[in-house]
Amino acid sequence: MNENREFFYRRLHSLLGVLPIGIFLIQHLVINHFAAYGSGSFNTAAGFMHNLPFRFVLEWVVIYIPILYHAILGVYIVLTGKNNTRRYGYFRNLMFLLQRITGIVTLIFIAWHVYQTRVITIFTQETIDFDFMEAILTQPFFFWFYLIGVISTTFHFANGLWSFLVTWGITVSPRSQRIATYATLLVFLGVTYLGVRSLLAFGMGV
Amino acid sequence: MEATKTKQETITIIVTRQNDPSSAPYEETFHVPYRENMNVISALMEIRRNPVNAEGKETTPIYWDMNCLEEVCGACSMVINGTPRQSCAALIDKLEQPIRLEPMATFPIIRDLAVDRSQMFDSLKKVKAWVPIDGTYDLGPGPRMPEKKRQWAYELSKCMTCGVCLEACPNVNDKSDFIGPAPISQVRLFNSHPTGAMNKAERLEALMGEGGIGSCGNSQNCVQVCPKGIPLTTSIAELNRATNIQSFKNFFGSDTNY
Repeated sequence: MNENREFFYRRLHSLLGVLPIGIFLIQHLVINHFAAYGSGSFNTAAGFMHNLPFRFVLEWVVIYIPILYHAILGVYIVLTGKNNTRRYGYFRNLMFLLQRITGIVTLIFIAWHVYQTRVITIFTQETIDFDFMEAILTQPFFFWFYLIGVISTTFHFANGLWSFLVTWGITVSPRSQRIATYATLLVFLGVTYLGVRSLLAFGMGV
Repeated sequence: MEATKTKQETITIIVTRQNDPSSAPYEETFHVPYRENMNVISALMEIRRNPVNAEGKETTPIYWDMNCLEEVCGACSMVINGTPRQSCAALIDKLEQPIRLEPMATFPIIRDLAVDRSQMFDSLKKVKAWVPIDGTYDLGPGPRMPEKKRQWAYELSKCMTCGVCLEACPNVNDKSDFIGPAPISQVRLFNSHPTGAMNKAERLEALMGEGGIGSCGNSQNCVQVCPKGIPLTTSIAELNRATNIQSFKNFFGSDTNY
């Protein structure tokens, strides 16, 4: 494996984006969606996740380390590409560019999101519940920041799922790749709904 | 083609020129007398015959590469009106004017429109894009290839190393060592040859090396621009599968990973 380090790193990058990060994203947004049923529902669901045994280990192994790896190699991938959508405006090439833009936007969003909800709260000793999120998302700036961040994340996940299927040799034929485009579009719409619906619950009280 | 009869008597060509590999590029405009059935090459030959630019000043003839003149050798590739393609197959009547000619800047520029595509030939060596049959004695005839497979493989064998797919690929550039789509598809061609398949693992190993298949970002520009219609992205996806299986074999398998 020594000589094929680059290949291994790139394959690991693709795998981690879906497993565990993609799975975690869906779980996170499903839990958030409890906000749509009222603050009590959300606090129970979030409290259950918060009180999971070995939470510290779970957070680092399932969330922080994989995201950090995916982000660092991702920035390297962005820097070694030369986008050429102006000359080659094909659909997949646009998706290629959007994947890189949303990757960077998502990185900035997640960095802030973790800082705001996990790092500062260590010092302020605040509990992260419905009221905590409501206080953030009722500020118009943060509502829009989170809205862009969430949509960027769900796009990056859904489109990344498409290239995951190609990278792992699951969708080989052009037909299967085309159908995967539609399937991942549905994934994008579904996951985006979960995220945006929760933002509306926190920010607009609906 | 009736419309071409009323066309103006001269055609205008804007060429991005460069005197040597390290000097700065510049544009030069030329007016060339129109003839019927001209292609970009015959227009360039016309300029070579009379190297005078649009300002009426004498200049050096344009330097470009060409060979077969029937779109099978790949030597005359250049960017014509923004699209990388073969200049021999680019008919003047079908091009919007002024015609803009640029070198394929993904490659090192030798002079004017001529580029150095040796990186592609080096990549073919790297991935061992051949069937090894040399030895000290006659090995006899190889296994037969089904006719249907031969017809399919013929499509992949049409690759002329023209460089158009590398020019269009966002991941082939001076910041990356990605070998590009063309040599990857050649691995599929030689791995599906009955005798070539005997060295399958070696080629897959080469694809898993530095700048190999792992650097593909699935922009799929290659399959859109390939002048030969080679299913490059199908080749890449199939070899993604094959290299993954090979890497699992290498790591988890026994010693029969060849």
